[in-house]
Amino acid sequence: MKLGYKIAARFLKSNLGQTILIILGIAIGVSVQIFIGSLIQGLQKSLVEKTIGDASQITITSSTDDKEIVDYEEMIKQIQTIDQRIDKISVAADHPAFLEYGENSQSILVRGFDIESADEIYNFVDRIEEGTYPYNLNEIILGIDLKEEYGIQLNDVLSLITTNQKTVKVKVVGFFDLKVASLNKNWAITTLETAGNIFNTRGSITSIEMQVKESGIFSTDIIASKITQELNNDALTIVNWKEQNEQLLSGLEGQSISSYMIQVFVLISVILGIASVLAITVMQKSKQIGILKAMGIRNSATSYVFLFEGLILGFFGAILGILFGLGLSVAFTKFALNTDGTPVIPLFISYPFIFTSGLIAIAVSVLAALIPAYRSLKLNPIDIIRNH
Amino acid sequence: MMSILELKNIEKIYGNEIKTQVLYNVNLSIEKGTFNSIIGQSGSGKTTLLNIMGTLDKPTSGEVMVNGTNVKQMHNNKLSALRNETIGFIFQFHYLLPEFTALENVLMPYQIKHGKVSKDAIKKAKEYLHLVGLENVMNNMATKISGGQQQRAAIARALMNEPQIILADEPTGNLDSDSTEVIYELLRDINHQLGTTFIIITHDNRIAEKADRMIEIKDGRIYQDVNKK
Repeated sequence: MKLGYKIAARFLKSNLGQTILIILGIAIGVSVQIFIGSLIQGLQKSLVEKTIGDASQITITSSTDDKEIVDYEEMIKQIQTIDQRIDKISVAADHPAFLEYGENSQSILVRGFDIESADEIYNFVDRIEEGTYPYNLNEIILGIDLKEEYGIQLNDVLSLITTNQKTVKVKVVGFFDLKVASLNKNWAITTLETAGNIFNTRGSITSIEMQVKESGIFSTDIIASKITQELNNDALTIVNWKEQNEQLLSGLEGQSISSYMIQVFVLISVILGIASVLAITVMQKSKQIGILKAMGIRNSATSYVFLFEGLILGFFGAILGILFGLGLSVAFTKFALNTDGTPVIPLFISYPFIFTSGLIAIAVSVLAALIPAYRSLKLNPIDIIRNH
Repeated sequence: MMSILELKNIEKIYGNEIKTQVLYNVNLSIEKGTFNSIIGQSGSGKTTLLNIMGTLDKPTSGEVMVNGTNVKQMHNNKLSALRNETIGFIFQFHYLLPEFTALENVLMPYQIKHGKVSKDAIKKAKEYLHLVGLENVMNNMATKISGGQQQRAAIARALMNEPQIILADEPTGNLDSDSTEVIYELLRDINHQLGTTFIIITHDNRIAEKADRMIEIKDGRIYQDVNKK
């Protein structure tokens, strides 16, 4: 083995130009793989983040007529023990109402939240463009689009009319921007207390909302079904983001498949490249292999020479490829920018992915060396001695 | 005396469709510690005979016995070990490994046998290089020494594992007559000192006549076998 390595290293060193070319070939393959992989992963992460990062990922609602959930505090305690991936839990009391402001009126969804826990999911505080979050009784905040449409000002008082024809005067203490026009037009956000007061909910809520840890993002269906099993309550409906975003999911899946396809074809071209170059090396070095065999080197030892060549080429190719790949990725985030200076696609640099790509390149290089190793095994020294 | 190498009814035919017979019923017994020469015209079959003796080539029929063992019954790895430990080759065209220095080339048979190089081995390799007069160029790459020096390095390499038999195919074929003389003196010295058996193909009659035994091959048959011992 050691002799095989020594001869391999010497063969590669004696043809340094050729060796560098092969290493560059492998490195380019690895760097493309790392770049494409990081790009697609970054794209998917940012898509998922934008879609469900600030939204409920698993939502429990009531399927009763009044849509009310009463013993929710007990239920939350129970949910917290079901799966460790459940990260944030918040409750909401949602009720439709009619908003009247001067001459204008429209239907609106009043959402009562527990500010602190809801902020962890929706990140409300950062999304308030003007004013503050409602803390006191009968304070609400509205979307920025409603403000513009009706010319509502901070501290204006307007009327909310419930489905039971009850009218409550509320004060607008802030305006939010959730970056989605329909929400900015149709949501009025307030505290649980105010919602209870307006709609006489007697402490009930209408939904329990959850976010899971990053590791559980794509397992929300499994977590949701665990919750369904554990709560075992027919009056509850549990939905998760995957059911609600099937199109996004199939888009992500398509993207993953195309990314894998690219990576596989890059790998195949790397294999073919190394195998063909190493096959030529066997021809180039057939005289040396013949001499070594005449001197009594074992057939297996000559095949080690080529396996080690594959290993050495793969190792340096992988290292150089990782450096190229990272460089390319960093350059991409620095030079391919949106008008506001943020990268077009935020790359996701995953060290396990990079490490795996490197290992695969090394394994593939050794694999590619199997053919020349086999050919060297079959080389008969007498053919070489006779032909020289 | 004991025979170290024995050929029994060796025939060699090349080609499948157009058959060319190179050796016809060759019987030969080489005694241990002797210095033998094989002469004959080009194409007479002497190199084929030498390659068969060295287990590099296989006879079409007949048997090769090395130290009393029939090589036909040996597997590949056994044959490799035999070539590595019992037989040393000196080829017509030196055949050093161009990627290695003269010293590394000489050490190669030892490294094949033991897997690594010991200090003693390096010392021994240097002694052999000194013996063949290459101590000044031993760290040069094989391609950076002259033809005569390469040939002498190949001799040192053949000696490295102290084989019982050295097979040489015109080891001085492309050297001038002075160098030829020096190299034969060297081989003869080794023969006397270490008791190594030599079988040497040569075109040079003067050299052939100095050997203990002179075997002449003609058209694939032993034409003349003169034993002077």
